[in-house]
Order: sequence, then structure tokens, then C-alpha cells
Amino acid sequence: MKYALSFLAVIALVLIAWLGSQIPGMPYIFGVAFPYLAIAVFLGGFVYRVVQWAKSPVPFSIQTTCGQAKSLDFIKHNKLEAPHTTAQVVARMALEILTFRSLFRNTHAEMHQGPKITYESSKWLWIFALIFHYSFLLIILRHMRLFLNPVPFWVQWLETLDALFQVGAPTWYMSDVGILIGVGFLFARRLTNVKVRYISLLNDYFPLVLIFTIAITGILMRYFLRTDIDIVNIKQLTVGLAALHPTIGSDIGAIFFIHLFLVCALLVYFPYSKLMHMGGVFMSPTRNMKNNSREVRHLNPWNPRILPHSYAGYEDEFREFMVDAGIPVEKELPPQKDEE
Amino acid sequence: MSVPKLEQLSKSVAQGPSLATGAVPTQDWMDIPAVFKSGNYAYPAKKDKVEYLNSQKGLYFPNAREWSPEDDDWKLPEDWKNIILNGLKERLDKFRSLKIFMDCCVRCGACADKCHFFLGTGDPKNMPVLRAELLRSVYRNDFTLGGKILGKMAGGREMTVGVLKEWFMYSYQCTECRRCSVFCPYGIDTAEITMMLRELLHLVGVGINWILEPASNSNRTGNHMGLQPHTFKDNVEFLVDDVENLTGVRPNISFNRKGAEILFITPSADVFAEPGLYTAMGYMILFEAIGLDYTWSTYASEGGNFGLFTNNETMKKLNAKMYAEAERLGVKYIIGGECGHMWRVLHQYMDTMNGPADFLEVPVSPITGTKFQNAASTKMVHITEFTADLIKHGKLKLDKSRNSHVKATFHDSCNTSRAMGLLDEPRYVLDHVVDNWVEMPENTIREQTFCCGSGTGLNTDEIMELRMRSGYPRANAVQYVRDKFDVNTLACVCAIDRATLTSLNNYWTPEVTVCGLTELVGNAIVQENEGENRAVLDEGLRTMV
Repeated sequence: MKYALSFLAVIALVLIAWLGSQIPGMPYIFGVAFPYLAIAVFLGGFVYRVVQWAKSPVPFSIQTTCGQAKSLDFIKHNKLEAPHTTAQVVARMALEILTFRSLFRNTHAEMHQGPKITYESSKWLWIFALIFHYSFLLIILRHMRLFLNPVPFWVQWLETLDALFQVGAPTWYMSDVGILIGVGFLFARRLTNVKVRYISLLNDYFPLVLIFTIAITGILMRYFLRTDIDIVNIKQLTVGLAALHPTIGSDIGAIFFIHLFLVCALLVYFPYSKLMHMGGVFMSPTRNMKNNSREVRHLNPWNPRILPHSYAGYEDEFREFMVDAGIPVEKELPPQKDEE
Repeated sequence: MSVPKLEQLSKSVAQGPSLATGAVPTQDWMDIPAVFKSGNYAYPAKKDKVEYLNSQKGLYFPNAREWSPEDDDWKLPEDWKNIILNGLKERLDKFRSLKIFMDCCVRCGACADKCHFFLGTGDPKNMPVLRAELLRSVYRNDFTLGGKILGKMAGGREMTVGVLKEWFMYSYQCTECRRCSVFCPYGIDTAEITMMLRELLHLVGVGINWILEPASNSNRTGNHMGLQPHTFKDNVEFLVDDVENLTGVRPNISFNRKGAEILFITPSADVFAEPGLYTAMGYMILFEAIGLDYTWSTYASEGGNFGLFTNNETMKKLNAKMYAEAERLGVKYIIGGECGHMWRVLHQYMDTMNGPADFLEVPVSPITGTKFQNAASTKMVHITEFTADLIKHGKLKLDKSRNSHVKATFHDSCNTSRAMGLLDEPRYVLDHVVDNWVEMPENTIREQTFCCGSGTGLNTDEIMELRMRSGYPRANAVQYVRDKFDVNTLACVCAIDRATLTSLNNYWTPEVTVCGLTELVGNAIVQENEGENRAVLDEGLRTMV
């Protein structure tokens, strides 16, 4: 149901772009107005969300230590899993962000008769998440060729690298295959893993379907529908967009507008969705705090003034017992005390 | 309330139709209401305990009343919904972690089978991700654009009494052990979410007695057990007698002594009941062996802090006694005994909440001269750090053969491992006090350790079946080393563990006893002046003389 709705929503977006862009005058809306709007919403929204997070303080230093802390000289410190300095935190974060360290740890627990539980390493999610994210990154970087004139050398390097296997003509990019495989796995996993299926929301299926469709339309343009589009006009438009004086030629091709409109939809959707994990992963306190909270005092800006139940109050209540038991007191018993 | 027979529960855990065993629930989780029946909830807090706490400066515990989770009407305040939503808003503004954890989850499900409550009960809402969704759905509905526009379609959900009841059920089926947060790609810490849920529930007078009674005891008498000063002293002195009878050496102790070099604070459970008592005896034997100038305190006679399981204010108020007492007595620094959640508070909250402790000195071991730089600001040293350092410098005379009756394994408590990184110090100590010990399987130790199943104030008898289920992953690992290596002792550095693992082992692995690490240290120590008065201790400090 939830995944079907995601397909419907994306089909609707495709139809809007396909039909809409055929109406005279509308290519400008789809080719210029929407992209600018989408970029504005994306940048504005992304910054807004990060600022909103940053506005809340980190009142305590709550790390999740995943290894031995720095303590005595003869106890070997695990610098990456229980970082003690800023450099070690940076290394831990880099490992997390660039290699998905925590997912790498993933295990699969299984119940057996007895009862007995077994834990097996389970790296599928880690592998396919890596394939997906790095393919996506590579694709975005490759697209810089469309916005920059002349094409920078590093984009050409990336293209050469991405097309290393020289399969087909035009040569297939690994990242194009990678993103389809990655998204395909993530989607299939959501449907077939009972636990994940049970927790999945429309919010989880929709971005996958959207990204999948963006990739498909892109692949169609590059490999299969080359004659339906005019790459010169497209480049003119995209470079114009980047230079802030866009011009739009005729006959760009509907498939291009569909692709572009879906990208716009993704950009607009991004800041208001779970896709913000891209920003959040940098700011998660359990990973980016130092494990030195006993060595260096962490400050809480809203630390309330709360005093303990005072020793004086405690002694007042129990003084007699304390004196009887020979426990030292601050104030001796009064010389005379009313018998009660 | 009675616990099912072992065979019955074994079958249910392994084969019962649950999400953990592969059965698929037919209803969406939002459509399944929480149903309370005897045995699946901890008793609500007694009216007088809530009133007492509410009367204390800096604390807020409204709506004290008699009520039962089984009643339809929980006697919530009239504007309970506003209180909850405003409380949530306030906390979103106070804790960046909460905001990030609400926004970033992608529901990848990596956490799903990492939770001992989920593995033991198979209840989908015990998957950490769903536990968080209980709150996140309300957050989406009232605090995000998507939720405000799309409502349920975007995973939003109106705050209702049903949702509140669900919060109560599942925030008290989480022990804040943080195992899930090790596996989460964004480090989402379910403990913080559970803490927020519990804080919010207290705003409308929903809490459990097993937490609030110890918290109020601790505020008034200085310890969870409610031991008054003279009783506390009596209890410790009993142990001194026992140590003397067993070892022939009477440890010197003192209470509330000004001018002592060190203040020693441990969970009061250690001087209250077995098997913690033996650990307490171990502390005294250890300190006697090195001639430590230390004092106990009756005012700060609790290391644990049930405020951690309640709200930030209560945690701070209870914790503040440690520094207050250290300052009053004029000690140089504090040594803390074996306890899990106590050390989470000391390591991650204490200095921030109640520091700076500039009236104390950077801890230096008076025996070895080692400066504990890692505790330079908090000025609190963990007993195993202290002991490991003594051993390293050869300051303890240890006879491992005195632990020859022990074949041990080591249980990392959640808090010391995942909130401190105290992993190898206890292992180093263990290496030097027993001949023979083995590790449990690697997915169940160190940062991946499994909770005893009864932490965060859930060690109450009325939910024993739940505890036996949630403790099962730990018990299963113990069974493994018992069967494979004949392990007969489960050592740990946590007072709650000592109590709860004992119940757990009695049920699942009755051949395995539970002990504190310092009990094993105490067994192994050779006192200089022990002479011929030492009894033959076949079972260490547990020997009946």
C-alpha cells in the first residue's frame, strides 16, 4: 500500500512534467523557474534545518563508546571507537561518514529451539548502502560537466574512472548501474525483510522510487533515447542556469524535462524529510563528542540551580541516631531535650 | 505475575509467534493498543512518594494520586495533552540530540534485532526504531511541516490517551542500555528517547514505584534502600565482623570522617544484600591491604542514582550529595565502587551538572603515585581503575589459588562499556586474581554486551516474566560458556547486575553464581598480618565458617 502510493506519486510527477512541458511557454517554467525554485528551497531548507538543530544546545557529553577509553598507561586506548581528542573524533566521524562504520558492525540475530540465539555478521545493508551512496555522489559530480564550461579536468577524470570497464557504446558508467542496484536492493529489502517492512512508512518508499526514476530517466537519455534530446540545447540551458542568465532553446525533449522535474521534486522534498540524515550524521552527539567527560568539564547552558537535600537537614533529622551510633556530627545534641 | 515454567518460557521465546521468530503481525503497529494486565507493568508510584518528591526544592512531580494502569481512566490532569506537547517542545529546545534523533532516522532497521527486549519478547514495539517511532510519530504530527500537512500519510499521529499509555508501556520496557546506538549509522541513542518519554510521563503524574521510592529514599536518607545513618553503619560493621571471622584481619573503617584523604561511595545495595555484600567485603579487604586513608559517608551513602531513570532534575539533585559531602569532609577526591548506571552519571553528567569540583584535587593514588588524568576534572576514580593500577605496580599480594573454586566469565555492564569505555581494566584485574576465566561470545561482550534485562529501575518482581525474557540474550551467552567451559561464576562491575543476574541465572542457568569483581580481588588478597587466624576459605568470602 505504502510503496504503491509512492509509485503513484512519482508517476503523477512524471505525467505533470511530460504533459506540462509540452504546453507552449511551459518549458521555461520547467526548465528555468522550477529549478531555481527547487535550488532555493533546497539550500534554504537545508540551512534552516541545520540552524534549527544547532540552536538547541548539547547539554551533556553523551558519547557512545564502542571501544576502550583512554585511561591508564598500560591499558591500550582505542582511539577510533572512544576518541579522546578532536583529531580522534574527526577520524571517527570520517570513518562513520565515508565508510559507514556502524553499519559495518551489523549482525543478524536468529532464534533457535532450545532456546538459543545466534548472531551472524550481516554486511549486505552496508555493502549496498555504500554502492548506492557512492554511485549517487559520483553521478552528481559527473553532472558538473553540464554546469561548468569548460569542463573541469577532475570531472573528466571521474568520467574516465567511472567508465573504466568500457562496456557498451556509449560506455556504461559503473555509477549508473550502481545506483540502480543500490536502490533496487534497498527497496527490495524494505519489502522482503519482515521487520523492516513493518516499520517502513510512505516516507521511506517515496524517496527510493523517486531516486530510482530519476536514475532511469537519466539512463534513458544517455543510452537509449539520445536522439530524442538535444544535448547542445541542454548544455546551453544548464550552463545558463549556473551563470544566472538562462536561455532555453527549442526541442530539448520531454524526457529531459521529466528528469529535471523529478530532480527538482527531490530537492524540494529533501530538507523536509529523512534525507536530512545527510546533515544530521555530522551532528549526532553520540558520535561527535569526545570521551573525555571526566577530564574536561562540559558546560550546559541551561544547567538549573538545584541543590541537594542538605547535610544540615539530614543531620537535623537523624542527629540522635547518629550520636547514639557514634557517627560524627556537626552540631551536638542540645543538652536538654524534651522527652516525647 | 508468576513466572512461567522454564520449559514453557523457553518454547515461547524460541517458537512463540512473534516478529523475533519470523511471524508477521497482521495489524499496523499504530492500530495495536497497549493492554495492561497483571505482570506486564511495574506498579505505579505510591501517592506519598510522589508527594514527597514534589515537595523537594527543584523537583516537580505533580498529580500524585492512587491509580492503576489497568484502569481505563488514569486520572490525568485535564490539560494533559498540552502539558505533554509543551514538555516535548521544551525538550526539543534543550537537547540537540533529541531533535537530531527525531529527524534523522531512515528506518534502516539495523537496530531491530539488537535489543534484548525485542529478542526476548518479539514485540515489534520493542524494536528500538519503533520505540522511537512512538514518540517520533507525535513529533511529526505536531512539529514538522510534512506531518502537519500530510498527517498519518507522513507517519504522523495525534497525541491521545492511547498513545500515552503506549509510551508508558514501552518506555518501561527499555533499560536504556544503548546497545542499539552502537549499530545505528547515525548513533541514535534510544536511551535518550526513553529518558524523554519518562520525563514527559512524569509531567502528568505517570511513573513507577520501583524508581520513585528509591529516589525519594535516596533524597531523604542518602541511599536507595532507605537505610538511616545508624543502620547503614551497622550493616557495614556486620561486614567488618564477617571479614574478620573469615580472614582473621579486621578492616579499619570510618564514617563521615573529616580529613580523610578519600571518600568512598558505592551503591547501597552492596551493604544491604547478597551477593553485593561480598563485593563490599572485597572493598574493605582491598583498602585494608593498602592502608588507604578513606571514609564512608552515611549522607552520601548511595552511588546509584535512580534520578537518571526519572528526569534530569532528580538526577542532578541526588548526584549533588557526592560533591557536597566531599567538600564538607574535606577529602582530596572520591573513589566510586562497582556500579553501572552510577558510572554513567559520574562519567557523562556529574561534572556538567554539579561541578566544577575545584575544592577537590586531581586524583593521585597514594600508594603508587599514579595521577588519574582521565578523572582530572570530575575527581572520581573507578574502583577497577584504581585496583588495576595497584596490581600493575605490584602493590597487592595476590594468591590466585584462593579463587581456585572459580571458573569465571565477565559481564560488561551496559553503562561502563558503552558510556565510559571501561572494558580492559576489569579484564586486567580478572587476569590477576583468578587462574581461569573465559569470554562469552564476541557479539555479547564489550561494546556489544547485553543488558541484564532489568536495568533502569526495572528490577522489580512484579514484571519477572518480562525480566526473564529481556535478560534471555545475556543468559543464553552464559549458558554457552557454562556448557562449553564449565563456567560457574559470572563476574561483573555493577550492583544492579549482581542482584538481577542472580535472578536471571537462577532461572536460566542455576549452576552459575554472580559476583562483583572486587569480591574476587578480596578473595585473592594476601594480607600482611593475616597469620594463622585465617580460616580455610574453599569458597572465598562466601565460605560458611
